[in-house]
Amino acid sequence: MIANFGFGILSVTFLVTLYSVFAAIYGENKKIPALVESARRAMLLTWPLLTLTAGVLIYLLVNNHFEVQFVYEVTSRSMPTYLRVTAWWGGQAGSLLFWSWLMSAFASLVTLRKWDRDREFLPWVIVVACITMAFFIGMSVFFENPFAQLYQTSAGVEAYTLQPADSVLFTPQDGRGLNPLLRHPGMVIHPPMLYLGFVSFVIPFSFAIAALITGRTDDRWIRITRRWTLWAWLFLTCGLVLGGRWAYDVLGWGGYWGWDPVEIAAFMPWITGTAFLHSVMIQEKRGMLKQWNMLLIILTYDLVIFGTFLTRSGVLSSVHAFAQSPIGPLFMGFVTVTLVTSVGLIIYRWDSLKSETEMASLLSREALFLLNNLMFISILVVCFWGVIFPLISELFTGQTVTVGPPFYERATGPLFAALMLLMGIAPLSAWGHSTVNTLGRAIWKPTVGAIIVTAIIFATYTRNVYAIIGFFLVALVILVTLYEYWRGANARQKSQDENIITAFWNLTGRNRRRYGGYIIHLSMMLMAIGILGIELFQVETQGTLEINQQTSVGGYDVVYQDIARFPGPDGREVTRAVLSVYKDNKYLGELNPRIDYYFDAQQTMTIPGQRSTLKDDLYILLVNWEPVSATGATFKIYVNPLVNWLWLGSLLFLVGIIIAAWPDQDPERVAVRAEKHVRQASAAD
Amino acid sequence: MDLISKNRVLSITQYALLVILLASFFTQPVVAQGPTPTDDEVNKIAEQLYCPVCESTPLDVCPTEACRQWRDVIRAMLADGKSEDEIKQHFVEQYGVRVLNEPPNRLVSYLVPVVAFLLGSFILLRGFQAWKKPIASEAVSSEGEAKPVQDGYIAKMEEELKKIK
Repeated sequence: MIANFGFGILSVTFLVTLYSVFAAIYGENKKIPALVESARRAMLLTWPLLTLTAGVLIYLLVNNHFEVQFVYEVTSRSMPTYLRVTAWWGGQAGSLLFWSWLMSAFASLVTLRKWDRDREFLPWVIVVACITMAFFIGMSVFFENPFAQLYQTSAGVEAYTLQPADSVLFTPQDGRGLNPLLRHPGMVIHPPMLYLGFVSFVIPFSFAIAALITGRTDDRWIRITRRWTLWAWLFLTCGLVLGGRWAYDVLGWGGYWGWDPVEIAAFMPWITGTAFLHSVMIQEKRGMLKQWNMLLIILTYDLVIFGTFLTRSGVLSSVHAFAQSPIGPLFMGFVTVTLVTSVGLIIYRWDSLKSETEMASLLSREALFLLNNLMFISILVVCFWGVIFPLISELFTGQTVTVGPPFYERATGPLFAALMLLMGIAPLSAWGHSTVNTLGRAIWKPTVGAIIVTAIIFATYTRNVYAIIGFFLVALVILVTLYEYWRGANARQKSQDENIITAFWNLTGRNRRRYGGYIIHLSMMLMAIGILGIELFQVETQGTLEINQQTSVGGYDVVYQDIARFPGPDGREVTRAVLSVYKDNKYLGELNPRIDYYFDAQQTMTIPGQRSTLKDDLYILLVNWEPVSATGATFKIYVNPLVNWLWLGSLLFLVGIIIAAWPDQDPERVAVRAEKHVRQASAAD
Repeated sequence: MDLISKNRVLSITQYALLVILLASFFTQPVVAQGPTPTDDEVNKIAEQLYCPVCESTPLDVCPTEACRQWRDVIRAMLADGKSEDEIKQHFVEQYGVRVLNEPPNRLVSYLVPVVAFLLGSFILLRGFQAWKKPIASEAVSSEGEAKPVQDGYIAKMEEELKKIK
């Protein structure tokens, strides 16, 4: 009964989003403001409706309603309550509802903004946001209903939205339980972050389409959505980093990124989103690249839809799987229709999207930003091609191939290096015009510093040529960024008579976007240090040890002490080893790699024992495919140099983006306040 | 006598068998049974292979029973003195090229990204050439930061605000 209620609310929400779309279009065409306002309110209504729907689903998940297919598939009696709640996004049907719920929240936030200056955008923003929402809610209503219930019929037990004739409700004793891999705290936060990133990119896209439809193709839509884009980027980046951390902690292969199609699907909108964030600056500062910015946000939107689809569907495994999946063709159809329509609109507005100014110099900041965009788009092509190549190969040759990490690493490595070089040069070039002389004068000091740092690394740490190039670029970017910071603070210190710390603080506060961006550059370089470390210097060994037997790797000595098997909480059996770690004969501590076996899901999870320092990570796995006995067990031991700089960098990234995205005073309010002051001053005169 | 002869014949046969057994015992390891390969030697090859079932999980870390058996095959083939390429080829013949961690025809797989990059570079270069000199009146600040284009009304208001302050 309650499941039917949830489905009913979901269906009503679907109708409300459709009404919103048609009311907005009709109201705008017939110039009936009341109808547009009605569409706005309808869009506002979607969030409480979907919240109610989600509340019903959570109620079913928490209260063991295993007669509901989705509940049966993702929960079990032994799971703690918080995991039953987060199981909401643990399966495809729930994920789609979660996506719609987040989308409705963002759409509602947009409708609540002041629309006085941008009234003409409103109906079209409603149309785009509600079409997107209607598509996802429609998927839930017609294909992936999270409220479908299990019925016993003469043909067996199957899930139906409505009770078939001559059937009885079937309630299993227990559920299958959530996939153990998804029970990790990282997995609790990672999907919401990723989806928040996905969903919030829909808002700038909606405004872009509204700008194209209304013909208001100046940079107003970019200014309105600048912070939406930054928050979207923040969420997406956090989602990717959390996913990496989850993989590192849970998947048991000593790495954080495996170039898996699902990972790449989430990475692709990040690539175009990052290119867009840089590219819009050119439009704002120089009135150029309007067509390109439109194209970038459209690509980002469609990659978001593509990514959402791939994350759960797994259709990329085979063209046959794609054809068998009912939602596969629909998703691809939606992506195609939105892409063609959006690009059609760009072509329609092509003339009004022409640049207001012209490129002056190949070394100007806008030219370097364009090169940066070329690199990002090239990385996107590599990723997209790598993801679809197996399908193309199977389609045209009948031969299935695997595109694994070597392809991506080889193809994207030089592009990432070029991006780092641009990150080092661009902050020192000027908008409009820059010459070799002016740029050379600005960059020579950081370059000399970077060469000295690289020489020290060469003499003391490594002679690997890739590492040397990588560390030189990292040093260059860090020194250029610090140099820029220091130049600004120094100038401010002199002109404003402030001490250096106040000057730094005020400098950042007065130009949050620029200096927040610099902090993000620094954070990316910390991440690059971590990536260089693990990619180029990781060492590993695997072997079977008897009790008190020792093995050595990467300067560490590891002694196997003991192993114990005991029941853990939430229905799992834990097999936990005890290993002592030494370095240079000095005892460093104990590590406890373990294998958790989940009875409900009949699946194991391999949790590493880790010892983390800024220098390296000692990462030990109890190998779960080899027999474990009281006398011996097999361990896989990795030493991952510098990997913790990756996580440290992601924390600094958060600081940077929060600074960059922190709201400024609303310029409209500033204007109103100024007007008031002018009036008061005039009255006083 | 016959019995003695018979026993002698038997003992000769036994000796011959013993010699053959000993010969096979000593020669076998040289030909096929090398020292048992270490896990690291097995993993070095396994990490380049994917089984058709476990998508996106390289063979060296895949916990399934099928993958464990594959690793045992690699170990046995290494012990037989097979090279890395021979072992990979064995799996390709058995299960197809999808077991390799990248497409065998590198030219095809790398062609599209390389062509896309070259095309993008060409378009960008043509774009740079098409764009001419800047408009002379454009001001470029020495800090490398142009003032953002703003609504004229807001700019005026900000000027007024500054005067009040």
